[in-house]
Amino acid sequence: MSGQEIVFALLGVVAVGSAILVVTTRQLVHAALWLVVSFGALAGGYLVLTAEFVAWVQVLIYVGAIVVLLLFGIMLTRAPIGESADLDSGNRWAALAVAAATAAVLVTVMVIGFRDTKMALDAGGGSAEELGAAVFRTWALPFEVLSVLLLASLVGAIVLSRSDIRTRPDVRTRPETGARPDEEGGA
Amino acid sequence: MHLAYPTVVAALLFSVGVYGVLARRNAILVLMSVELMLNAVNLNLVTFDIWYRDRLHGGQVLTLFTIVIAAAEVGLGLAIILLVFRNRQMVDIDRLRALSEETEPEPGTQREPDREEAAP
Repeated sequence: MSGQEIVFALLGVVAVGSAILVVTTRQLVHAALWLVVSFGALAGGYLVLTAEFVAWVQVLIYVGAIVVLLLFGIMLTRAPIGESADLDSGNRWAALAVAAATAAVLVTVMVIGFRDTKMALDAGGGSAEELGAAVFRTWALPFEVLSVLLLASLVGAIVLSRSDIRTRPDVRTRPETGARPDEEGGA
Repeated sequence: MHLAYPTVVAALLFSVGVYGVLARRNAILVLMSVELMLNAVNLNLVTFDIWYRDRLHGGQVLTLFTIVIAAAEVGLGLAIILLVFRNRQMVDIDRLRALSEETEPEPGTQREPDREEAAP
Protein backbone atom coordinates (compact mmCIF):
# COMPACT_ATOMS: atom_id res chain seq x y z
CA MET A 1 0.00 0.00 0.00
CA SER A 2 1.66 3.17 -1.13
CA GLY A 3 1.45 6.54 0.55
CA GLN A 4 -1.02 7.84 -2.02
CA GLU A 5 -3.32 4.90 -1.41
CA ILE A 6 -3.19 5.42 2.36
CA VAL A 7 -4.03 9.12 2.04
CA PHE A 8 -6.81 8.43 -0.43
CA ALA A 9 -8.25 5.67 1.75
CA LEU A 10 -8.33 7.98 4.78
CA LEU A 11 -9.99 10.75 2.78
CA GLY A 12 -12.48 8.24 1.39
CA VAL A 13 -13.34 7.04 4.89
CA VAL A 14 -13.93 10.65 5.95
CA ALA A 15 -16.05 11.35 2.86
CA VAL A 16 -18.23 8.25 3.18
CA GLY A 17 -18.54 8.58 6.95
CA SER A 18 -19.71 12.16 6.83
CA ALA A 19 -22.02 11.29 3.94
CA ILE A 20 -23.61 8.64 6.17
CA LEU A 21 -23.99 11.28 8.86
CA VAL A 22 -25.67 13.56 6.30
CA VAL A 23 -28.34 10.98 5.60
CA THR A 24 -28.81 9.88 9.22
CA THR A 25 -28.52 12.97 11.40
CA ARG A 26 -31.62 14.32 13.06
CA GLN A 27 -30.76 17.99 12.71
CA LEU A 28 -31.21 19.68 9.36
CA VAL A 29 -28.45 22.23 9.81
CA HIS A 30 -25.99 19.55 10.87
CA ALA A 31 -26.76 17.64 7.68
CA ALA A 32 -25.70 20.66 5.64
CA LEU A 33 -22.53 21.07 7.69
CA TRP A 34 -21.59 17.39 7.37
CA LEU A 35 -22.07 17.86 3.66
CA VAL A 36 -19.25 20.43 3.81
CA VAL A 37 -16.97 17.84 5.42
CA SER A 38 -17.85 15.24 2.82
CA PHE A 39 -17.25 17.58 -0.11
CA GLY A 40 -14.01 18.82 1.42
CA ALA A 41 -12.68 15.30 1.84
CA LEU A 42 -13.66 14.56 -1.74
CA ALA A 43 -11.76 17.66 -2.88
CA GLY A 44 -8.72 16.28 -1.05
CA GLY A 45 -9.23 13.03 -2.93
CA TYR A 46 -9.21 14.96 -6.21
CA LEU A 47 -5.92 16.52 -5.14
CA VAL A 48 -4.43 13.09 -4.50
CA LEU A 49 -5.63 12.03 -7.95
CA THR A 50 -3.71 15.04 -9.40
CA ALA A 51 -6.91 16.77 -10.54
CA GLU A 52 -6.07 20.00 -8.79
CA PHE A 53 -8.24 22.39 -10.80
CA VAL A 54 -11.30 20.19 -10.27
CA ALA A 55 -10.45 20.11 -6.55
CA TRP A 56 -10.45 23.90 -6.26
CA VAL A 57 -13.63 24.21 -8.31
CA GLN A 58 -15.19 21.64 -6.00
CA VAL A 59 -14.24 23.71 -2.96
CA LEU A 60 -15.44 26.94 -4.54
CA ILE A 61 -18.76 25.80 -5.96
CA TYR A 62 -19.86 22.93 -3.75
CA VAL A 63 -18.56 24.07 -0.39
CA GLY A 64 -18.84 27.76 -1.11
CA ALA A 65 -22.03 28.09 -3.10
CA ILE A 66 -24.22 25.01 -2.98
CA VAL A 67 -24.04 24.42 0.77
CA VAL A 68 -24.76 28.09 1.43
CA LEU A 69 -27.72 27.83 -0.93
CA LEU A 70 -28.97 24.75 0.93
CA LEU A 71 -28.60 26.57 4.25
CA PHE A 72 -30.64 29.43 2.83
CA GLY A 73 -33.27 26.92 1.77
CA ILE A 74 -33.35 25.43 5.28
CA MET A 75 -33.72 28.89 6.73
CA LEU A 76 -36.43 30.03 4.33
CA THR A 77 -38.59 26.93 4.82
CA ARG A 78 -38.55 27.67 8.56
CA ALA A 79 -37.14 24.30 9.43
CA PRO A 80 -36.68 23.55 13.11
CA ILE A 81 -33.16 24.32 14.27
CA GLY A 82 -32.97 21.67 16.96
CA GLU A 83 -33.61 17.96 16.69
CA SER A 84 -36.64 16.90 14.72
CA ALA A 85 -37.83 13.34 14.93
CA ASP A 86 -39.72 13.08 11.65
CA LEU A 87 -36.89 13.54 9.15
CA ASP A 88 -36.97 9.89 8.12
CA SER A 89 -39.95 8.53 6.27
CA GLY A 90 -41.71 5.26 6.87
CA ASN A 91 -39.95 3.31 4.14
CA ARG A 92 -36.60 3.53 5.87
CA TRP A 93 -35.89 -0.18 6.00
CA ALA A 94 -36.80 -0.67 2.37
CA ALA A 95 -34.46 2.21 1.54
CA LEU A 96 -31.72 0.57 3.60
CA ALA A 97 -32.22 -2.70 1.74
CA VAL A 98 -32.09 -1.00 -1.66
CA ALA A 99 -28.98 0.99 -0.72
CA ALA A 100 -27.23 -2.10 0.64
CA ALA A 101 -28.05 -4.01 -2.53
CA THR A 102 -26.74 -1.12 -4.66
CA ALA A 103 -23.55 -0.95 -2.62
CA ALA A 104 -23.04 -4.71 -2.83
CA VAL A 105 -23.48 -4.82 -6.60
CA LEU A 106 -21.34 -1.76 -7.34
CA VAL A 107 -18.51 -2.64 -4.95
CA THR A 108 -18.42 -6.22 -6.20
CA VAL A 109 -18.26 -5.11 -9.81
CA MET A 110 -15.59 -2.51 -9.12
CA VAL A 111 -13.41 -4.82 -7.04
CA ILE A 112 -13.63 -7.72 -9.48
CA GLY A 113 -13.13 -5.49 -12.48
CA PHE A 114 -10.26 -3.32 -11.28
CA ARG A 115 -8.51 -5.55 -8.73
CA ASP A 116 -5.27 -5.79 -10.70
CA THR A 117 -5.40 -2.43 -12.41
CA LYS A 118 -2.92 0.23 -11.40
CA MET A 119 -2.80 3.79 -12.54
CA ALA A 120 0.17 6.11 -12.50
CA LEU A 121 -0.27 9.52 -10.95
CA ASP A 122 1.83 12.17 -12.67
CA ALA A 123 1.70 15.71 -11.40
CA GLY A 124 0.39 18.41 -13.72
CA GLY A 125 -2.22 16.34 -15.57
CA GLY A 126 -5.10 18.34 -14.16
CA SER A 127 -3.61 21.79 -13.79
CA ALA A 128 -5.52 24.90 -14.69
CA GLU A 129 -3.36 25.39 -17.78
CA GLU A 130 -4.13 21.94 -19.20
CA LEU A 131 -7.83 22.10 -18.38
CA GLY A 132 -8.19 25.63 -19.70
CA ALA A 133 -6.62 24.61 -22.98
CA ALA A 134 -8.92 21.58 -23.16
CA VAL A 135 -12.06 23.58 -22.38
CA PHE A 136 -11.40 26.39 -24.82
CA ARG A 137 -9.94 24.30 -27.64
CA THR A 138 -11.89 21.08 -27.67
CA TRP A 139 -14.93 21.66 -25.53
CA ALA A 140 -15.76 25.25 -26.44
CA LEU A 141 -19.23 24.48 -27.86
CA PRO A 142 -20.45 22.50 -24.80
CA PHE A 143 -19.09 25.31 -22.65
CA GLU A 144 -21.25 27.84 -24.48
CA VAL A 145 -24.30 25.58 -24.30
CA LEU A 146 -23.68 25.32 -20.57
CA SER A 147 -23.72 29.07 -20.18
CA VAL A 148 -27.10 29.18 -21.92
CA LEU A 149 -28.28 26.50 -19.48
CA LEU A 150 -27.10 28.58 -16.54
CA LEU A 151 -28.93 31.61 -17.89
CA ALA A 152 -32.10 29.56 -18.35
CA SER A 153 -31.95 28.21 -14.81
CA LEU A 154 -31.30 31.72 -13.47
CA VAL A 155 -34.39 33.04 -15.23
CA GLY A 156 -36.39 30.00 -14.14
CA ALA A 157 -35.42 30.38 -10.51
CA ILE A 158 -36.35 34.06 -10.53
CA VAL A 159 -39.70 33.39 -12.22
CA LEU A 160 -40.49 30.60 -9.77
CA SER A 161 -39.59 32.46 -6.63
CA ARG A 162 -41.11 35.86 -7.34
CA SER A 163 -44.80 36.02 -6.67
CA ASP A 164 -45.58 39.39 -8.23
CA ILE A 165 -44.75 38.76 -11.88
CA ARG A 166 -47.14 36.04 -12.87
CA THR A 167 -50.42 37.94 -12.96
CA ARG A 168 -49.71 40.14 -15.94
CA PRO A 169 -53.29 41.00 -17.09
CA ASP A 170 -54.01 42.66 -13.78
CA VAL A 171 -50.98 44.86 -13.65
CA ARG A 172 -52.65 47.83 -15.36
CA THR A 173 -55.66 47.74 -13.05
CA ARG A 174 -53.50 47.29 -9.97
CA PRO A 175 -50.18 49.05 -10.30
CA GLU A 176 -48.81 48.42 -6.81
CA THR A 177 -48.21 44.72 -6.37
CA GLY A 178 -46.75 44.76 -2.90
CA ALA A 179 -50.07 44.46 -1.12
CA ARG A 180 -51.30 41.52 -3.11
CA PRO A 181 -50.21 38.63 -0.86
CA ASP A 182 -52.25 40.06 1.99
CA GLU A 183 -55.36 40.33 -0.12
CA GLU A 184 -54.72 36.84 -1.37
CA GLY A 185 -54.73 35.52 2.14
CA GLY A 186 -57.96 37.32 2.90
CA ALA A 187 -59.79 36.34 -0.27
CA MET B 1 -2.42 3.64 -7.07
CA HIS B 2 -4.93 0.86 -7.37
CA LEU B 3 -7.94 1.80 -9.42
CA ALA B 4 -10.14 0.00 -6.89
CA TYR B 5 -9.77 2.67 -4.19
CA PRO B 6 -11.50 5.62 -5.91
CA THR B 7 -14.11 3.47 -7.60
CA VAL B 8 -15.08 1.76 -4.34
CA VAL B 9 -15.32 5.12 -2.58
CA ALA B 10 -17.52 6.38 -5.41
CA ALA B 11 -19.74 3.29 -5.22
CA LEU B 12 -20.19 3.71 -1.46
CA LEU B 13 -20.97 7.41 -1.82
CA PHE B 14 -23.54 6.63 -4.51
CA SER B 15 -25.33 4.06 -2.37
CA VAL B 16 -25.35 6.43 0.61
CA GLY B 17 -27.02 8.94 -1.69
CA VAL B 18 -29.55 6.32 -2.81
CA TYR B 19 -30.40 5.64 0.82
CA GLY B 20 -30.82 9.35 1.49
CA VAL B 21 -33.12 9.91 -1.48
CA LEU B 22 -35.32 6.98 -0.52
CA ALA B 23 -35.39 7.38 3.25
CA ARG B 24 -35.47 11.09 3.88
CA ARG B 25 -38.66 13.03 4.16
CA ASN B 26 -37.64 16.67 4.00
CA ALA B 27 -37.22 17.83 0.40
CA ILE B 28 -34.01 19.74 1.14
CA LEU B 29 -32.42 16.59 2.57
CA VAL B 30 -33.40 14.73 -0.60
CA LEU B 31 -31.64 17.45 -2.59
CA MET B 32 -28.52 16.98 -0.46
CA SER B 33 -28.55 13.23 -1.15
CA VAL B 34 -28.81 13.93 -4.87
CA GLU B 35 -25.69 16.05 -4.50
CA LEU B 36 -23.91 13.11 -2.89
CA MET B 37 -24.79 10.89 -5.85
CA LEU B 38 -23.56 13.54 -8.29
CA ASN B 39 -20.28 13.71 -6.40
CA ALA B 40 -19.84 9.97 -6.66
CA VAL B 41 -20.23 10.22 -10.43
CA ASN B 42 -17.72 13.08 -10.50
CA LEU B 43 -15.16 10.99 -8.64
CA ASN B 44 -15.57 8.20 -11.19
CA LEU B 45 -15.18 10.63 -14.08
CA VAL B 46 -11.96 12.09 -12.68
CA THR B 47 -10.58 8.64 -11.90
CA PHE B 48 -11.12 7.25 -15.38
CA ASP B 49 -9.82 10.43 -16.98
CA ILE B 50 -6.55 10.00 -15.10
CA TRP B 51 -6.41 6.26 -15.70
CA TYR B 52 -6.85 6.61 -19.47
CA ARG B 53 -4.48 9.63 -19.57
CA ASP B 54 -7.01 11.35 -21.80
CA ARG B 55 -5.26 14.00 -23.88
CA LEU B 56 -8.48 15.93 -24.37
CA HIS B 57 -9.24 15.73 -20.61
CA GLY B 58 -12.80 14.70 -21.34
CA GLY B 59 -13.45 13.33 -17.87
CA GLN B 60 -12.24 16.33 -15.92
CA VAL B 61 -13.96 18.81 -18.23
CA LEU B 62 -17.18 16.81 -17.93
CA THR B 63 -16.72 16.93 -14.15
CA LEU B 64 -16.56 20.72 -14.30
CA PHE B 65 -19.71 20.74 -16.43
CA THR B 66 -21.44 18.42 -13.97
CA ILE B 67 -20.55 20.73 -11.09
CA VAL B 68 -22.09 23.65 -12.97
CA ILE B 69 -25.21 21.64 -13.79
CA ALA B 70 -25.48 20.64 -10.13
CA ALA B 71 -25.38 24.29 -9.12
CA ALA B 72 -28.15 25.11 -11.59
CA GLU B 73 -30.14 22.11 -10.38
CA VAL B 74 -29.86 23.12 -6.74
CA GLY B 75 -30.94 26.66 -7.56
CA LEU B 76 -34.02 25.52 -9.45
CA GLY B 77 -34.81 22.79 -6.92
CA LEU B 78 -34.69 25.24 -4.04
CA ALA B 79 -36.92 27.65 -5.95
CA ILE B 80 -39.46 24.84 -6.44
CA ILE B 81 -39.21 23.83 -2.78
CA LEU B 82 -39.76 27.41 -1.67
CA LEU B 83 -42.80 27.65 -3.95
CA VAL B 84 -44.20 24.45 -2.45
CA PHE B 85 -43.52 25.81 1.01
CA ARG B 86 -45.28 29.05 0.18
CA ASN B 87 -48.38 27.19 -1.02
CA ARG B 88 -48.52 24.33 1.48
CA GLN B 89 -46.55 25.54 4.51
CA MET B 90 -44.49 22.33 4.53
CA VAL B 91 -41.91 20.51 2.40
CA ASP B 92 -42.70 16.99 3.53
CA ILE B 93 -42.54 14.83 0.42
CA ASP B 94 -44.55 12.04 2.02
CA ARG B 95 -47.50 14.36 2.37
CA LEU B 96 -47.33 15.93 -1.09
CA ARG B 97 -49.81 13.52 -2.64
CA ALA B 98 -51.77 15.80 -4.92
CA LEU B 99 -50.67 13.87 -8.02
CA SER B 100 -51.45 10.39 -6.73
CA GLU B 101 -54.29 8.46 -8.33
CA GLU B 102 -55.84 6.13 -5.85
CA THR B 103 -56.50 8.44 -2.92
CA GLU B 104 -59.00 11.23 -3.16
CA PRO B 105 -57.24 14.50 -2.30
CA GLU B 106 -58.77 16.56 0.42
CA PRO B 107 -60.47 19.72 -0.80
CA GLY B 108 -58.16 21.97 1.20
CA THR B 109 -54.96 20.71 -0.39
CA GLN B 110 -56.38 20.55 -3.88
CA ARG B 111 -57.54 24.10 -4.06
CA GLU B 112 -54.33 25.64 -2.88
CA PRO B 113 -52.14 25.53 -6.00
CA ASP B 114 -54.52 27.46 -8.21
CA ARG B 115 -55.39 29.92 -5.55
CA GLU B 116 -52.36 31.93 -6.41
CA GLU B 117 -53.23 32.04 -10.09
CA ALA B 118 -56.85 33.04 -9.69
CA ALA B 119 -56.69 35.20 -6.62
CA PRO B 120 -56.58 38.82 -7.83
